[in-house]
Amino acid sequence: MTAAEAPSTPSAPSTPTNGNGDGELLLRAEHVTKYFPIRSGVLLQREVARVHAVDDVSLELRAGETLGLVGESGCGKSTLARCLARLHPLTSGSVVFEGQDISTLSRRELRPVRRELQMVFQDPYASLNPRKRVGEILSDPLRIHKRGNRDQVKRRVRELLELVGLSPEHINRYPHEFSGGQRQRIGVARALALHPKLIIADEPVSALDVSIRAQVINLLDDLQDELHLTYIFIAHDLGVVRHVSDRIAVMYLGKIVEVSPAEELYQRPIHPYTEALLSAVPIPDPDLSDRRTQIVLEGDVPSPIVPPSGCRFHPRCRYATKICAQQEPPLAEYGGGHLAACHHPLNLSLPAAPTAAAEPLPAVAGEAGEGEVPAEEAQ
Amino acid sequence: MLTFIIRRLLWTVLVLFVITVVVFIIFFKTPGVDPARAIAGRNPSAQVLQEIREQFGLDKPLPVQYGLMMKSIFIDRDLVSYSNQGVKVVPEIAAATPATLSLVFGAALIWVVMAIAVGVAAALLRGTVFDPLLMVLALIGVSAPVFWVGEVANLITQGTLHDTFLFSWVPPLGYTPLTQNPLLWFKGLVIPWITLSILYIGLYGRVLRANILETQNEDFVRTARAKGISERQVLLRHTLRTSMITFVSLFGLDFGALVAGGALLTEVVFGIHGVGYLTYQALANLDLPTIMATVVYGAFFIVLVNAIVDIGYAWLDPRIRPT
Amino acid sequence: MTGEPLLDVRDLKVSFRTEDGLVKAVDGVSLTLLAGETLGIVGESGSGKSVTMMSVMRLINDPNARFEGEVLYKGHDLMTLNPDQMRAIRGTGISMIFQDPMTSLNPVYRVGSQIAEQIRAHDHVSRQAARDRAIELLAAVGIPQAAERVDNYPHEFSGGMRQRVMIAMAVSCNPDILIADEPTTALDVTIQAQILKLLRKLRNDFGTAVVLITHDMGVVADLADRIAVMYAGRIVEQGTRREVFYDAQHPYTWGLLGSIARLDRPKPRRLAAIPGQPPSLLRLTRGCAFADRCAHRFDRCDEQPPLLDRVGGNHLDACHLEPKQKKELRETTIHPELIGNAE
Repeated sequence: MTAAEAPSTPSAPSTPTNGNGDGELLLRAEHVTKYFPIRSGVLLQREVARVHAVDDVSLELRAGETLGLVGESGCGKSTLARCLARLHPLTSGSVVFEGQDISTLSRRELRPVRRELQMVFQDPYASLNPRKRVGEILSDPLRIHKRGNRDQVKRRVRELLELVGLSPEHINRYPHEFSGGQRQRIGVARALALHPKLIIADEPVSALDVSIRAQVINLLDDLQDELHLTYIFIAHDLGVVRHVSDRIAVMYLGKIVEVSPAEELYQRPIHPYTEALLSAVPIPDPDLSDRRTQIVLEGDVPSPIVPPSGCRFHPRCRYATKICAQQEPPLAEYGGGHLAACHHPLNLSLPAAPTAAAEPLPAVAGEAGEGEVPAEEAQ
Repeated sequence: MLTFIIRRLLWTVLVLFVITVVVFIIFFKTPGVDPARAIAGRNPSAQVLQEIREQFGLDKPLPVQYGLMMKSIFIDRDLVSYSNQGVKVVPEIAAATPATLSLVFGAALIWVVMAIAVGVAAALLRGTVFDPLLMVLALIGVSAPVFWVGEVANLITQGTLHDTFLFSWVPPLGYTPLTQNPLLWFKGLVIPWITLSILYIGLYGRVLRANILETQNEDFVRTARAKGISERQVLLRHTLRTSMITFVSLFGLDFGALVAGGALLTEVVFGIHGVGYLTYQALANLDLPTIMATVVYGAFFIVLVNAIVDIGYAWLDPRIRPT
Repeated sequence: MTGEPLLDVRDLKVSFRTEDGLVKAVDGVSLTLLAGETLGIVGESGSGKSVTMMSVMRLINDPNARFEGEVLYKGHDLMTLNPDQMRAIRGTGISMIFQDPMTSLNPVYRVGSQIAEQIRAHDHVSRQAARDRAIELLAAVGIPQAAERVDNYPHEFSGGMRQRVMIAMAVSCNPDILIADEPTTALDVTIQAQILKLLRKLRNDFGTAVVLITHDMGVVADLADRIAVMYAGRIVEQGTRREVFYDAQHPYTWGLLGSIARLDRPKPRRLAAIPGQPPSLLRLTRGCAFADRCAHRFDRCDEQPPLLDRVGGNHLDACHLEPKQKKELRETTIHPELIGNAE
């Protein structure tokens, strides 16, 4: 493994082997970097430090697939999403969407792009204008982009409401008259108004109750099939991400540390952070929960203003050695579309996960891997 | 902290500059203003006017006049009034300052104590009839113009009821310096203090009540109760302490404005010869040097108080402090 | 773990008068807690789980609130205590930590002084002694450099550290019961693991009984001895954790278990979502509150099902269905693709 000192050559993820995502390349991000300056000074405010929100991220997205983006607070996933959607200007790097470089386009030039690329946000209570009726919220995108006359717009709004499972009678209601789950459906309907190709969903179900979450996830699933959508799905709930994604990228402190087809990530995590993340998720099964030994990371996530040297995860990593503090590991390929950035990759001797859609019957799965410890009595 | 202070000082200079220029221009663009004529007195001859112009530099271009005036305010301190012959403006203001400070400090003390009492009482008595009652009284206090209240007070205490035991102690209108006669100083200021503070008691009482009610629903107040500390402790150490943050910053700004001469109407109504009174007179007589000097004094104080409030805010709320 | 329950809530009812009518937030909840036991209360928003425990602590100050029922702590009914007596119990007998540690700590006081405040409210010790104890507690909950950090303000800590401070404060007077209201919901998953590990350690070291309120089934699977599932202000199922997870008796519990996107099982084609919305607490029907969303509803469900032991072993549920039918129905709800039904 070559250790490059500067931010590395990206290995372009190969075409994933699942059914979805054989489509053409929809989005390519290369060396996307976003820093937020921290200014201080007497007369002139000079930049004294920066928040390294997103640091040299490259990824590819194919039509029809769902890319899951996972990480904890401060990892940069929301900032990355906003950069890809060009809601932020980039500090450096490029985003090519449908063959067009949208990195430096002006607002005006971005307009037609906005028809194809939409976002759904996390907080259903904050992302809908409380002063507007639902009908207006949904018809705004159509009117702004001049899509149809008054009647056509009306018809489309009713269509959208039905599409997301709401009654068309709700056109004249205000957001506060709906529950959280329903509001999120309205947010999805709004994103769909202009027939986009790509929807970036930033934690769309985190603020919802558990029983409603499944409904909205199923809705997003159905819509993807019906409307041939491509998703970037951001979440911190690993179970949800696994359910919806074809491929998953794991982020830590502004960098991508692992990219893999979904099933493969859970059965064969290569990066220690992914291993720890998976281990931290509580299992809703008492016996399994007692049997396993969790890897509990010590300490907090370091500040993105002064990220650690070398591999950013090394201060909290149980496998770290000297080289980890000195050199940043490049994102290297391990076959089957699985990449990881680590000097001491895990689980390499395990076979790659089966990629066929057929799943074994739901017996309790307790495969031991290298990362797990054999059965121990709990407490 | 040092950068903060330096930056504030630079801003102060800039603000003073802009304000004085604006005042200067307004003065000279006001129709009917001719300082030479004002200085000369009755029926001046053309020759006298010309001499005055030369003596006071009124024939020089405006920017030069501005520069000269600023020099005489800050450096020479020998600026002379246009309307009062030969009176030096800067010492005049210095002499008027104690009256203003006496008035404003006394009123501030009263209003802070009373506003806290009103605000806390209204919040604790929420749900009873006293809460809206207190708020209506407060609203009356806010709405009644200070000059009206002052005149009414004078009418009662100096006129109608003056001979009764209630108000016979009230001295005639005017200010007696503290060093000269403390008792008279005090007696002469009681009614003006109350008059001036009524407005602010109303305002701050309402603000505090609203803040307290809002703070009582905060999570940390719930935690404080869950810890099992006494309800009085919860009120004082948690609810009030946090509600006072807004109170204190507003107070700083209002107090600063008053010190700067904002108690003008009160001073005039009660015959207290403070800085506000001086300003009022100067405006009536179109006496630019005095106006300019009071403006500089006022602007300086306001910027100073703003800076103190900002520092105070950071002291009160640790989240604001620079790391 | 036998003997008199430490906490015995009997038929607690909490309602709020609002402009739109009477909101029955808690509608007849009974539960018990033995010394040293961990009880998990699971439910979604509007289930009444938080209001129940806040009422136990008598922290609800709303003048429009109405309370009925008894809350027995070591034999004394807390509902009848005067404010001073209640205050003596808060913090020393029963302590509570809340969901959002940023807003739950007073931002203008240093954490050391906030911890010391609680200690000195209950024990007459000097300032220095209280401060020393605060440092000890911060170290015990895993805050590095406790002697320096005791003088920091809450905003100078990260979310996980703040929650540790809250925990330190809550256990400072060695309470018999610690109520944790969604303590990790606002935290990242790796930090959540740290906090849960800490709670487990404290519980084991001091024998504190814990009431853990959460919406996350995974959290209770690990930590709880017994679990109560709440829906629309009532308990719909209650039992040991193995009973609730492996032999769930109420369709709502099945729905909750089925709708979790789990990591320990292969991925289902579709998540078994519970259709519909939780009911409005204003207009609760006379029958089973879950009936509208239940795939197995039948005519008896128009009558509210009582919380009874229908399967033995103190495993209670509030569902009219026959226990014999339930096993098969449960499998279809939690694993619909086995039978080939969509949700």
